[in-house]
Amino acid sequence: MADDPVTTRGNGLSATVHVDDRLDAELNADAGAVVAVIGPNGAGKTTLLRALAGLVPMTGSIEVDGWSWTRPVRLVRDRNVGLVFQDQLLFPHLDAVDNVAFGLRARGTSRAESDATARDWLARFGIADLADRRPAQLSGGQAQRVAIARALAPAPSLLLLDEPFAGLDVGVATALRIELARHLASYDGVTLLVTHDALDALTLADAVLVVDEGRVAQYGSPQDVAARPRTAHVARLVGLNVIREDDRFRSFRPSAVTVSLGRPEGSARNQWHGTVLSAVTHGDAVRLLVAAGPQLIADVTPAATVELGLVPGREVWVSVKETAIQTYA
Amino acid sequence: MTDTVPRTLGRPPLALVLPAAVAAGLLVIPLVTLVLDTPWRNFVDELGTGAVRDALGITAFASAITVVACVLLGTPLAWLLARVDFPGRSLLRAAVAVPLVLPPVVAGVALVTALGRNGLIGSVLRDTTGVTLPYTMTAVVIAHTFVSMPFYVLSVEGALRASGDRYDVVAATLGATRWTTFRRVTLPLAMPGLMAGAALAWARSLGEFGATITFAGNYPGTTQTMPSLIYTTLQSRPEVARTLSMILLVVSIAILAALRNRWLTTP
Repeated sequence: MADDPVTTRGNGLSATVHVDDRLDAELNADAGAVVAVIGPNGAGKTTLLRALAGLVPMTGSIEVDGWSWTRPVRLVRDRNVGLVFQDQLLFPHLDAVDNVAFGLRARGTSRAESDATARDWLARFGIADLADRRPAQLSGGQAQRVAIARALAPAPSLLLLDEPFAGLDVGVATALRIELARHLASYDGVTLLVTHDALDALTLADAVLVVDEGRVAQYGSPQDVAARPRTAHVARLVGLNVIREDDRFRSFRPSAVTVSLGRPEGSARNQWHGTVLSAVTHGDAVRLLVAAGPQLIADVTPAATVELGLVPGREVWVSVKETAIQTYA
Repeated sequence: MTDTVPRTLGRPPLALVLPAAVAAGLLVIPLVTLVLDTPWRNFVDELGTGAVRDALGITAFASAITVVACVLLGTPLAWLLARVDFPGRSLLRAAVAVPLVLPPVVAGVALVTALGRNGLIGSVLRDTTGVTLPYTMTAVVIAHTFVSMPFYVLSVEGALRASGDRYDVVAATLGATRWTTFRRVTLPLAMPGLMAGAALAWARSLGEFGATITFAGNYPGTTQTMPSLIYTTLQSRPEVARTLSMILLVVSIAILAALRNRWLTTP
Protein backbone atom coordinates (compact mmCIF):
# COMPACT_ATOMS: atom_id res chain seq x y z
CA MET A 1 0.00 0.00 0.00
CA ALA A 2 2.53 2.49 1.16
CA ASP A 3 4.68 1.86 -1.88
CA ASP A 4 1.89 2.93 -4.19
CA PRO A 5 2.20 6.68 -4.54
CA VAL A 6 -1.13 7.07 -6.33
CA THR A 7 -3.27 5.93 -3.43
CA THR A 8 -1.33 7.50 -0.62
CA ARG A 9 0.06 10.69 -2.08
CA GLY A 10 -0.68 13.84 -0.16
CA ASN A 11 -0.60 12.10 3.19
CA GLY A 12 2.22 14.13 4.68
CA LEU A 13 4.98 12.57 6.67
CA SER A 14 5.22 9.13 8.21
CA ALA A 15 8.57 8.21 9.69
CA THR A 16 10.24 5.72 11.98
CA VAL A 17 13.77 6.89 12.62
CA HIS A 18 16.48 4.95 14.39
CA VAL A 19 19.95 6.43 14.69
CA ASP A 20 22.45 4.32 16.62
CA ASP A 21 22.97 5.55 20.19
CA ARG A 22 21.18 8.78 19.40
CA LEU A 23 17.55 8.51 18.50
CA ASP A 24 14.51 6.26 18.31
CA ALA A 25 11.50 8.18 17.11
CA GLU A 26 8.23 7.63 15.34
CA LEU A 27 6.37 10.50 13.78
CA ASN A 28 3.27 10.98 11.66
CA ALA A 29 2.07 14.35 10.45
CA ASP A 30 -0.57 15.41 7.94
CA ALA A 31 0.28 17.56 4.95
CA GLY A 32 0.29 21.20 5.96
CA ALA A 33 0.95 20.41 9.62
CA VAL A 34 3.53 22.30 11.62
CA VAL A 35 5.19 20.10 14.23
CA ALA A 36 7.25 21.78 16.96
CA VAL A 37 10.09 19.57 18.16
CA ILE A 38 11.11 20.43 21.69
CA GLY A 39 13.39 18.87 24.28
CA PRO A 40 16.56 19.57 26.22
CA ASN A 41 19.94 20.02 24.52
CA GLY A 42 21.32 16.74 23.23
CA ALA A 43 17.89 15.08 23.26
CA GLY A 44 18.12 14.28 19.54
CA LYS A 45 16.10 17.08 17.95
CA THR A 46 18.70 18.10 15.41
CA THR A 47 19.57 14.44 14.80
CA LEU A 48 15.92 13.82 13.84
CA LEU A 49 16.01 16.67 11.32
CA ARG A 50 19.33 15.56 9.85
CA ALA A 51 18.14 11.96 9.59
CA LEU A 52 15.01 13.04 7.71
CA ALA A 53 17.14 15.14 5.36
CA GLY A 54 19.43 12.15 4.75
CA LEU A 55 22.48 13.71 6.40
CA VAL A 56 23.04 11.05 9.08
CA PRO A 57 22.89 7.28 8.58
CA MET A 58 19.68 5.79 9.97
CA THR A 59 17.52 2.72 9.84
CA GLY A 60 13.76 2.72 9.74
CA SER A 61 11.53 4.28 7.15
CA ILE A 62 10.54 7.69 5.90
CA GLU A 63 7.54 8.31 3.70
CA VAL A 64 6.68 11.74 2.43
CA ASP A 65 3.52 12.28 0.41
CA GLY A 66 3.37 8.54 -0.14
CA TRP A 67 6.90 8.25 -1.55
CA SER A 68 9.43 6.20 0.33
CA TRP A 69 12.74 7.94 0.96
CA THR A 70 14.29 4.86 2.49
CA ARG A 71 13.44 1.96 0.15
CA PRO A 72 15.61 2.51 -1.79
CA VAL A 73 17.54 5.21 0.05
CA ARG A 74 17.08 8.55 -1.66
CA LEU A 75 20.06 10.86 -2.02
CA VAL A 76 19.85 14.11 -0.08
CA ARG A 77 19.50 16.09 -3.28
CA ASP A 78 16.50 14.02 -4.42
CA ARG A 79 14.55 14.33 -1.17
CA ASN A 80 13.15 17.76 -1.85
CA VAL A 81 13.63 18.98 1.71
CA GLY A 82 14.00 22.57 2.75
CA LEU A 83 16.49 22.72 5.60
CA VAL A 84 17.10 25.91 7.55
CA PHE A 85 20.23 25.58 9.64
CA GLN A 86 20.85 27.03 13.08
CA ASP A 87 23.60 29.26 11.71
CA GLN A 88 21.86 29.90 8.38
CA LEU A 89 24.86 28.89 6.26
CA LEU A 90 24.06 31.27 3.44
CA PHE A 91 26.55 30.88 0.60
CA PRO A 92 28.99 33.69 1.44
CA HIS A 93 30.03 34.28 -2.19
CA LEU A 94 26.49 34.70 -3.52
CA ASP A 95 24.18 37.66 -2.98
CA ALA A 96 20.76 37.22 -1.40
CA VAL A 97 18.87 36.67 -4.64
CA ASP A 98 21.39 34.08 -5.89
CA ASN A 99 21.19 32.28 -2.55
CA VAL A 100 17.41 32.04 -2.83
CA ALA A 101 17.58 31.10 -6.52
CA PHE A 102 20.19 28.38 -5.89
CA GLY A 103 17.72 25.55 -5.24
CA LEU A 104 15.64 26.40 -8.31
CA ARG A 105 18.65 26.59 -10.62
CA ALA A 106 20.10 23.39 -9.18
CA ARG A 107 16.86 21.66 -10.13
CA GLY A 108 17.00 22.92 -13.68
CA THR A 109 14.87 26.07 -13.70
CA SER A 110 16.21 28.70 -16.10
CA ARG A 111 18.31 31.50 -14.75
CA ALA A 112 15.78 34.23 -15.53
CA GLU A 113 12.87 32.33 -14.04
CA SER A 114 14.82 31.35 -10.91
CA ASP A 115 15.87 34.93 -10.47
CA ALA A 116 12.31 36.21 -10.75
CA THR A 117 10.99 33.61 -8.29
CA ALA A 118 13.80 34.39 -5.85
CA ARG A 119 13.07 38.13 -5.98
CA ASP A 120 9.41 37.33 -5.41
CA TRP A 121 10.34 35.35 -2.28
CA LEU A 122 12.54 38.15 -0.98
CA ALA A 123 9.62 40.54 -1.50
CA ARG A 124 7.33 38.24 0.46
CA PHE A 125 9.77 38.47 3.36
CA GLY A 126 9.94 42.24 2.97
CA ILE A 127 13.61 42.31 1.98
CA ALA A 128 13.37 42.87 -1.79
CA ASP A 129 15.73 45.84 -1.45
CA LEU A 130 18.48 43.57 -0.05
CA ALA A 131 18.56 41.30 -3.12
CA ASP A 132 22.06 42.33 -4.19
CA ARG A 133 23.68 42.11 -0.77
CA ARG A 134 26.12 39.40 0.23
CA PRO A 135 25.41 37.53 3.50
CA ALA A 136 28.19 39.44 5.28
CA GLN A 137 26.24 42.65 4.67
CA LEU A 138 23.01 41.32 6.22
CA SER A 139 21.86 41.53 9.83
CA GLY A 140 20.98 38.33 11.71
CA GLY A 141 17.26 38.74 11.12
CA GLN A 142 17.74 39.57 7.45
CA ALA A 143 20.05 36.60 6.94
CA GLN A 144 17.54 34.27 8.61
CA ARG A 145 14.79 35.58 6.30
CA VAL A 146 17.00 34.87 3.28
CA ALA A 147 17.75 31.39 4.65
CA ILE A 148 14.05 30.59 5.12
CA ALA A 149 13.23 32.00 1.67
CA ARG A 150 16.02 29.88 0.18
CA ALA A 151 14.55 26.74 1.78
CA LEU A 152 10.98 27.54 0.70
CA ALA A 153 11.69 28.73 -2.86
CA PRO A 154 12.04 25.25 -4.44
CA ALA A 155 8.66 24.23 -2.88
CA PRO A 156 9.99 21.42 -0.66
CA SER A 157 7.69 18.63 0.45
CA LEU A 158 9.27 18.69 3.90
CA LEU A 159 10.43 21.86 5.62
CA LEU A 160 12.94 21.44 8.46
CA LEU A 161 13.70 24.47 10.62
CA ASP A 162 16.46 24.06 13.19
CA GLU A 163 16.00 26.76 15.82
CA PRO A 164 15.36 29.53 13.30
CA PHE A 165 15.06 32.21 15.98
CA ALA A 166 18.14 31.25 17.98
CA GLY A 167 20.68 34.03 18.27
CA LEU A 168 18.29 36.77 17.14
CA ASP A 169 17.35 39.79 19.24
CA VAL A 170 14.02 39.37 21.00
CA GLY A 171 12.29 42.03 18.90
CA VAL A 172 13.66 40.61 15.64
CA ALA A 173 12.67 37.08 16.65
CA THR A 174 9.11 38.20 17.45
CA ALA A 175 8.69 39.92 14.09
CA LEU A 176 10.12 36.92 12.23
CA ARG A 177 7.88 34.54 14.20
CA ILE A 178 4.81 36.42 13.00
CA GLU A 179 6.05 36.42 9.39
CA LEU A 180 6.90 32.75 9.53
CA ALA A 181 3.43 31.92 10.88
CA ARG A 182 1.95 33.58 7.80
CA HIS A 183 4.19 31.65 5.39
CA LEU A 184 3.62 28.35 7.15
CA ALA A 185 -0.15 28.85 6.94
CA SER A 186 0.05 28.89 3.14
CA TYR A 187 2.67 26.11 2.92
CA ASP A 188 1.14 22.73 2.12
CA GLY A 189 4.05 20.46 3.07
CA VAL A 190 4.91 19.18 6.53
CA THR A 191 7.03 21.50 8.69
CA LEU A 192 9.24 20.39 11.56
CA LEU A 193 10.36 23.25 13.77
CA VAL A 194 13.02 22.60 16.38
CA THR A 195 12.72 25.17 19.15
CA HIS A 196 13.63 25.88 22.74
CA ASP A 197 10.80 28.31 23.14
CA ALA A 198 7.35 27.29 24.43
CA LEU A 199 5.98 30.33 22.63
CA ASP A 200 7.00 28.91 19.23
CA ALA A 201 5.28 25.65 20.04
CA LEU A 202 2.09 27.39 21.14
CA THR A 203 1.90 30.05 18.41
CA LEU A 204 3.26 28.29 15.33
CA ALA A 205 2.60 24.60 15.74
CA ASP A 206 -0.35 22.28 15.21
CA ALA A 207 1.40 19.55 17.15
CA VAL A 208 4.28 19.25 19.59
CA LEU A 209 6.77 16.42 19.57
CA VAL A 210 8.66 16.21 22.85
CA VAL A 211 12.01 14.46 22.50
CA ASP A 212 13.90 13.35 25.57
CA GLU A 213 17.03 11.20 25.73
CA GLY A 214 16.61 10.10 22.13
CA ARG A 215 12.98 9.04 22.47
CA VAL A 216 9.60 10.58 21.86
CA ALA A 217 8.31 11.43 25.34
CA GLN A 218 5.09 13.01 24.17
CA TYR A 219 3.29 13.88 20.94
CA GLY A 220 0.10 15.88 20.93
CA SER A 221 -1.54 19.22 20.38
CA PRO A 222 0.25 22.23 21.91
CA GLN A 223 -2.63 22.75 24.33
CA ASP A 224 -2.55 19.15 25.48
CA VAL A 225 1.24 19.06 25.91
CA ALA A 226 1.21 22.38 27.76
CA ALA A 227 -1.62 21.31 30.08
CA ARG A 228 -0.39 17.78 30.74
CA PRO A 229 3.40 17.74 30.30
CA ARG A 230 5.20 14.41 30.73
CA THR A 231 8.76 15.67 31.02
CA ALA A 232 10.34 18.02 33.50
CA HIS A 233 11.77 19.97 30.56
CA VAL A 234 8.38 20.82 29.07
CA ALA A 235 6.86 21.40 32.50
CA ARG A 236 9.56 23.98 33.14
CA LEU A 237 8.97 25.57 29.70
CA VAL A 238 5.25 26.03 30.36
CA GLY A 239 5.73 26.87 34.03
CA LEU A 240 4.22 23.78 35.66
CA ASN A 241 5.44 21.21 38.16
CA VAL A 242 5.15 17.63 36.98
CA ILE A 243 5.80 14.50 39.01
CA ARG A 244 5.82 11.00 37.64
CA GLU A 245 4.13 8.41 39.80
CA ASP A 246 4.23 4.90 38.35
CA ASP A 247 2.43 5.21 35.01
CA ARG A 248 0.69 8.43 35.86
CA PHE A 249 1.71 12.07 35.84
CA ARG A 250 0.67 14.61 38.45
CA SER A 251 1.01 18.30 37.69
CA PHE A 252 0.30 21.48 39.61
CA ARG A 253 0.85 25.20 39.26
CA PRO A 254 3.68 26.96 41.09
CA SER A 255 1.10 29.30 42.68
CA ALA A 256 -0.61 26.31 44.33
CA VAL A 257 2.56 25.43 46.23
CA THR A 258 2.89 26.41 49.90
CA VAL A 259 6.36 27.03 51.30
CA SER A 260 7.08 26.73 55.02
CA LEU A 261 10.06 26.34 57.30
CA GLY A 262 8.46 23.68 59.51
CA ARG A 263 6.93 20.42 58.41
CA PRO A 264 3.34 21.14 57.31
CA GLU A 265 0.34 19.07 58.36
CA GLY A 266 -1.63 16.96 55.91
CA SER A 267 -0.89 14.09 53.56
CA ALA A 268 2.81 13.19 53.43
CA ARG A 269 2.33 12.25 49.77
CA ASN A 270 2.12 15.89 48.69
CA GLN A 271 4.93 17.39 50.71
CA TRP A 272 8.64 17.51 50.11
CA HIS A 273 11.68 18.71 52.03
CA GLY A 274 14.49 20.41 50.14
CA THR A 275 16.86 23.30 49.53
CA VAL A 276 16.10 26.54 47.70
CA LEU A 277 18.25 26.65 44.54
CA SER A 278 17.22 30.03 43.20
CA ALA A 279 14.77 32.85 43.78
CA VAL A 280 13.87 35.22 40.92
CA THR A 281 11.15 37.81 40.40
CA HIS A 282 8.33 36.43 38.26
CA GLY A 283 5.58 38.95 37.63
CA ASP A 284 4.26 40.07 41.01
CA ALA A 285 5.60 37.00 42.76
CA VAL A 286 8.98 35.47 43.54
CA ARG A 287 9.58 32.15 41.82
CA LEU A 288 11.59 29.64 43.84
CA LEU A 289 13.32 26.61 42.42
CA VAL A 290 13.53 23.97 45.16
CA ALA A 291 15.58 20.79 44.98
CA ALA A 292 13.19 18.45 46.78
CA GLY A 293 13.80 15.09 45.16
CA PRO A 294 12.10 16.37 42.01
CA GLN A 295 12.97 19.96 41.25
CA LEU A 296 9.84 21.99 41.98
CA ILE A 297 8.94 25.58 41.29
CA ALA A 298 6.88 27.59 43.76
CA ASP A 299 5.55 31.14 43.51
CA VAL A 300 5.51 33.05 46.79
CA THR A 301 4.86 36.69 47.66
CA PRO A 302 7.83 39.04 48.04
CA ALA A 303 6.69 39.58 51.64
CA ALA A 304 6.88 35.87 52.41
CA THR A 305 10.31 35.72 50.77
CA VAL A 306 11.63 38.29 53.22
CA GLU A 307 9.75 36.90 56.20
CA LEU A 308 10.95 33.31 55.70
CA GLY A 309 14.41 34.32 54.50
CA LEU A 310 14.00 32.38 51.21
CA VAL A 311 17.46 32.71 49.73
CA PRO A 312 19.39 30.01 47.86
CA GLY A 313 20.63 27.39 50.32
CA ARG A 314 17.67 27.74 52.71
CA GLU A 315 16.04 24.44 53.73
CA VAL A 316 12.27 24.49 53.35
CA TRP A 317 9.19 22.30 53.16
CA VAL A 318 6.99 22.59 50.09
CA SER A 319 3.48 21.20 49.97
CA VAL A 320 0.45 21.26 47.72
CA LYS A 321 -3.21 20.44 48.31
CA GLU A 322 -4.45 17.29 46.64
CA THR A 323 -7.30 19.27 45.03
CA ALA A 324 -4.76 21.47 43.20
CA ILE A 325 -3.13 18.48 41.53
CA GLN A 326 -4.11 17.30 38.08
CA THR A 327 -3.54 13.59 37.50
CA TYR A 328 -3.31 12.04 34.01
CA ALA A 329 -1.92 9.02 32.29
CA MET B 1 54.25 54.74 15.69
CA THR B 2 54.36 53.07 19.05
CA ASP B 3 57.34 50.98 20.01
CA THR B 4 56.24 47.36 19.81
CA VAL B 5 59.41 45.96 21.37
CA PRO B 6 59.32 46.42 25.13
CA ARG B 7 62.76 47.94 25.72
CA THR B 8 62.37 47.39 29.40
CA LEU B 9 62.95 43.67 28.83
CA GLY B 10 66.62 44.47 28.18
CA ARG B 11 69.13 43.95 25.39
CA PRO B 12 68.60 40.97 22.98
CA PRO B 13 71.18 38.31 23.95
CA LEU B 14 74.22 37.89 21.68
CA ALA B 15 73.59 34.14 21.64
CA LEU B 16 70.55 34.89 19.49
CA VAL B 17 71.71 38.01 17.65
CA LEU B 18 74.95 36.50 16.25
CA PRO B 19 73.48 33.38 14.61
CA ALA B 20 70.60 35.52 13.35
CA ALA B 21 73.09 37.88 11.69
CA VAL B 22 74.95 34.95 10.05
CA ALA B 23 71.65 33.51 8.75
CA ALA B 24 70.55 36.87 7.39
CA GLY B 25 73.92 37.43 5.76
CA LEU B 26 73.87 34.01 4.15
CA LEU B 27 70.46 34.71 2.64
CA VAL B 28 70.99 38.32 1.61
CA ILE B 29 74.65 38.69 0.56
CA PRO B 30 74.62 36.36 -2.50
CA LEU B 31 71.58 38.16 -3.90
CA VAL B 32 73.08 41.60 -3.23
CA THR B 33 76.37 40.67 -4.91
CA LEU B 34 74.41 39.29 -7.85
CA VAL B 35 72.61 42.59 -8.23
CA LEU B 36 75.85 44.62 -7.80
CA ASP B 37 77.92 42.42 -10.12
CA THR B 38 75.42 42.23 -12.95
CA PRO B 39 76.73 44.03 -16.01
CA TRP B 40 73.59 46.13 -16.43
CA ARG B 41 74.87 47.59 -19.71
CA ASN B 42 74.47 44.13 -21.26
CA PHE B 43 71.05 43.55 -19.76
CA VAL B 44 68.99 44.68 -22.75
CA ASP B 45 71.52 43.30 -25.28
CA GLU B 46 71.48 39.88 -23.68
CA LEU B 47 67.69 39.89 -23.62
CA GLY B 48 67.77 40.31 -27.37
CA THR B 49 70.00 37.33 -28.25
CA GLY B 50 68.39 34.31 -29.88
CA ALA B 51 69.42 31.78 -27.25
CA VAL B 52 68.04 33.90 -24.43
CA ARG B 53 64.81 34.64 -26.24
CA ASP B 54 64.35 30.93 -26.99
CA ALA B 55 65.04 29.96 -23.39
CA LEU B 56 62.77 32.68 -22.03
CA GLY B 57 60.04 31.61 -24.42
CA ILE B 58 60.38 27.94 -23.48
CA THR B 59 60.36 28.77 -19.78
CA ALA B 60 57.35 31.06 -20.12
CA PHE B 61 55.47 28.57 -22.27
CA ALA B 62 56.33 25.52 -20.13
CA SER B 63 55.43 27.26 -16.87
CA ALA B 64 52.15 28.57 -18.31
CA ILE B 65 51.15 25.09 -19.56
CA THR B 66 52.30 23.66 -16.20
CA VAL B 67 49.96 25.98 -14.31
CA VAL B 68 47.10 25.08 -16.65
CA ALA B 69 47.84 21.37 -16.19
CA CYS B 70 48.00 21.79 -12.42
CA VAL B 71 44.65 23.60 -12.35
CA LEU B 72 42.87 21.18 -14.70
CA LEU B 73 44.26 17.97 -13.19
CA GLY B 74 45.31 19.02 -9.71
CA THR B 75 42.02 20.64 -8.69
CA PRO B 76 40.03 17.41 -9.15
CA LEU B 77 42.74 15.46 -7.31
CA ALA B 78 42.70 17.94 -4.43
CA TRP B 79 38.89 17.72 -4.30
CA LEU B 80 39.05 13.92 -4.26
CA LEU B 81 41.56 13.96 -1.41
CA ALA B 82 39.57 16.51 0.58
CA ARG B 83 36.00 15.35 -0.01
CA VAL B 84 35.78 11.67 -0.93
CA ASP B 85 36.49 8.91 1.54
CA PHE B 86 38.06 6.07 -0.44
CA PRO B 87 40.42 3.25 0.54
CA GLY B 88 44.05 4.29 0.33
CA ARG B 89 43.29 7.99 0.56
CA SER B 90 45.95 8.79 3.14
CA LEU B 91 48.45 6.69 1.19
CA LEU B 92 47.68 8.65 -1.98
CA ARG B 93 48.00 11.94 -0.12
CA ALA B 94 51.43 10.91 1.13
CA ALA B 95 52.44 9.85 -2.39
CA VAL B 96 51.33 13.22 -3.80
CA ALA B 97 53.57 14.99 -1.30
CA VAL B 98 56.69 12.95 -2.09
CA PRO B 99 57.88 15.06 -5.08
CA LEU B 100 58.06 18.01 -2.65
CA VAL B 101 61.03 16.47 -0.90
CA LEU B 102 62.38 14.44 -3.83
CA PRO B 103 65.70 15.73 -5.22
CA PRO B 104 64.81 17.04 -8.71
CA VAL B 105 67.48 14.85 -10.34
CA VAL B 106 65.84 11.80 -8.79
CA ALA B 107 62.50 13.03 -10.12
CA GLY B 108 64.09 13.19 -13.58
CA VAL B 109 65.43 9.64 -13.26
CA ALA B 110 61.99 8.45 -12.16
CA LEU B 111 60.42 10.13 -15.18
CA VAL B 112 62.97 8.49 -17.52
CA THR B 113 62.22 5.12 -15.89
CA ALA B 114 58.50 5.53 -16.49
CA LEU B 115 58.31 7.53 -19.71
CA GLY B 116 61.77 7.16 -21.30
CA ARG B 117 62.25 5.38 -24.65
CA ASN B 118 62.70 2.10 -22.83
CA GLY B 119 60.60 3.03 -19.83
CA LEU B 120 57.66 1.08 -18.53
CA ILE B 121 55.06 3.31 -20.20
CA GLY B 122 57.44 4.97 -22.66
CA SER B 123 58.25 1.70 -24.48
CA VAL B 124 54.57 0.85 -24.87
CA LEU B 125 53.93 4.36 -26.15
CA ARG B 126 56.79 4.03 -28.65
CA ASP B 127 55.68 0.60 -29.86
CA THR B 128 52.03 1.57 -30.33
CA THR B 129 52.24 5.16 -31.59
CA GLY B 130 55.89 5.74 -32.45
CA VAL B 131 55.94 8.71 -30.08
CA THR B 132 58.91 9.17 -27.77
CA LEU B 133 58.77 11.77 -25.04
CA PRO B 134 62.33 12.47 -23.84
CA TYR B 135 64.11 15.54 -25.23
CA THR B 136 60.87 17.17 -26.38
CA MET B 137 58.91 20.17 -25.28
CA THR B 138 56.28 17.75 -23.96
CA ALA B 139 58.95 16.23 -21.71
CA VAL B 140 59.76 19.70 -20.34
CA VAL B 141 56.11 20.29 -19.48
CA ILE B 142 55.77 16.82 -17.92
CA ALA B 143 58.87 17.35 -15.76
CA HIS B 144 57.65 20.79 -14.67
CA THR B 145 54.16 19.49 -13.89
CA PHE B 146 55.63 16.57 -11.93
CA VAL B 147 57.57 18.86 -9.59
CA SER B 148 54.96 21.65 -9.41
CA MET B 149 51.74 19.67 -8.98
CA PRO B 150 52.32 18.77 -5.29
CA PHE B 151 52.54 22.46 -4.34
CA TYR B 152 49.27 23.11 -6.08
CA VAL B 153 47.39 20.03 -4.86
CA LEU B 154 48.39 20.44 -1.22
CA SER B 155 47.53 24.12 -1.25
CA VAL B 156 44.09 23.56 -2.78
CA GLU B 157 43.38 20.53 -0.60
CA GLY B 158 44.18 22.64 2.46
CA ALA B 159 41.81 25.35 1.25
CA LEU B 160 39.05 22.80 0.61
CA ARG B 161 39.48 21.27 4.05
CA ALA B 162 39.56 24.68 5.72
CA SER B 163 36.28 25.77 4.11
CA GLY B 164 34.73 22.44 5.17
CA ASP B 165 31.85 20.56 3.60
CA ARG B 166 29.07 22.43 5.38
CA TYR B 167 28.18 24.42 2.28
CA ASP B 168 28.31 21.24 0.18
CA VAL B 169 25.64 19.83 2.51
CA VAL B 170 23.50 22.94 2.10
CA ALA B 171 23.80 22.69 -1.68
CA ALA B 172 22.76 19.01 -1.56
CA THR B 173 19.62 19.82 0.44
CA LEU B 174 18.81 22.38 -2.26
CA GLY B 175 18.91 19.65 -4.90
CA ALA B 176 22.36 20.28 -6.36
CA THR B 177 24.38 17.38 -7.80
CA ARG B 178 27.97 17.05 -6.65
CA TRP B 179 29.16 18.49 -9.96
CA THR B 180 26.90 21.53 -9.62
CA THR B 181 27.98 21.91 -6.00
CA PHE B 182 31.62 21.76 -7.03
CA ARG B 183 31.20 24.40 -9.74
CA ARG B 184 28.93 26.81 -7.92
CA VAL B 185 29.94 26.43 -4.26
CA THR B 186 33.13 24.47 -3.56
CA LEU B 187 35.30 26.05 -6.25
CA PRO B 188 34.38 29.72 -5.63
CA LEU B 189 34.92 29.28 -1.89
CA ALA B 190 38.35 27.68 -2.44
CA MET B 191 39.44 30.33 -4.98
CA PRO B 192 42.03 32.02 -2.72
CA GLY B 193 43.67 28.62 -2.17
CA LEU B 194 43.58 27.98 -5.91
CA MET B 195 45.31 31.27 -6.66
CA ALA B 196 47.98 30.70 -4.03
CA GLY B 197 48.54 27.15 -5.26
CA ALA B 198 48.80 28.30 -8.88
CA ALA B 199 51.35 30.98 -7.93
CA LEU B 200 53.43 28.44 -6.01
CA ALA B 201 53.30 25.97 -8.89
CA TRP B 202 54.29 28.68 -11.35
CA ALA B 203 57.23 29.79 -9.21
CA ARG B 204 58.41 26.20 -8.83
CA SER B 205 58.12 25.70 -12.59
CA LEU B 206 60.11 28.85 -13.40
CA GLY B 207 63.09 27.63 -11.41
CA GLU B 208 62.87 23.97 -12.37
CA PHE B 209 66.24 22.59 -13.51
CA GLY B 210 67.18 19.11 -12.26
CA ALA B 211 64.23 17.02 -13.39
CA THR B 212 64.04 18.86 -16.70
CA ILE B 213 67.69 18.52 -17.69
CA THR B 214 67.62 14.83 -16.71
CA PHE B 215 64.40 13.92 -18.51
CA ALA B 216 64.18 16.49 -21.30
CA GLY B 217 67.81 17.41 -21.85
CA ASN B 218 69.26 20.81 -22.65
CA TYR B 219 68.75 21.46 -26.37
CA PRO B 220 68.68 25.13 -27.32
CA GLY B 221 65.39 26.03 -28.95
CA THR B 222 63.55 22.86 -27.93
CA THR B 223 64.15 21.96 -24.29
CA GLN B 224 66.59 24.57 -23.01
CA THR B 225 64.83 26.55 -20.26
CA MET B 226 66.23 29.64 -18.56
CA PRO B 227 67.77 27.72 -15.63
CA SER B 228 69.41 25.27 -18.05
CA LEU B 229 70.75 28.15 -20.15
CA ILE B 230 72.13 29.90 -17.06
CA TYR B 231 73.89 26.72 -15.98
CA THR B 232 75.41 26.24 -19.46
CA THR B 233 76.42 29.87 -19.82
CA LEU B 234 78.02 30.07 -16.38
CA GLN B 235 80.79 27.74 -17.54
CA SER B 236 81.77 29.84 -20.57
CA ARG B 237 80.53 33.38 -19.97
CA PRO B 238 79.86 33.94 -16.25
CA GLU B 239 78.91 37.63 -16.63
CA VAL B 240 76.12 36.73 -19.06
CA ALA B 241 74.94 34.04 -16.65
CA ARG B 242 74.66 36.77 -14.02
CA THR B 243 72.51 38.89 -16.30
CA LEU B 244 70.25 35.94 -17.03
CA SER B 245 70.03 35.12 -13.32
CA MET B 246 69.04 38.69 -12.70
CA ILE B 247 66.09 38.27 -15.05
CA LEU B 248 64.85 35.23 -13.12
CA LEU B 249 65.46 37.00 -9.81
CA VAL B 250 63.31 39.94 -10.88
CA VAL B 251 60.50 37.57 -11.87
CA SER B 252 60.75 35.67 -8.55
CA ILE B 253 60.60 38.88 -6.53
CA ALA B 254 57.59 40.01 -8.53
CA ILE B 255 55.81 36.76 -7.55
CA LEU B 256 56.80 37.21 -3.93
CA ALA B 257 55.37 40.73 -3.98
CA ALA B 258 52.15 39.47 -5.52
CA LEU B 259 51.78 36.77 -2.84
CA ARG B 260 52.81 38.99 0.04
CA ASN B 261 49.39 40.40 0.66
CA ARG B 262 47.82 36.97 0.68
CA TRP B 263 49.79 34.96 3.17
CA LEU B 264 53.29 36.20 3.65
CA THR B 265 52.41 39.10 5.91
CA THR B 266 52.84 38.47 9.60
CA PRO B 267 49.72 39.14 11.67
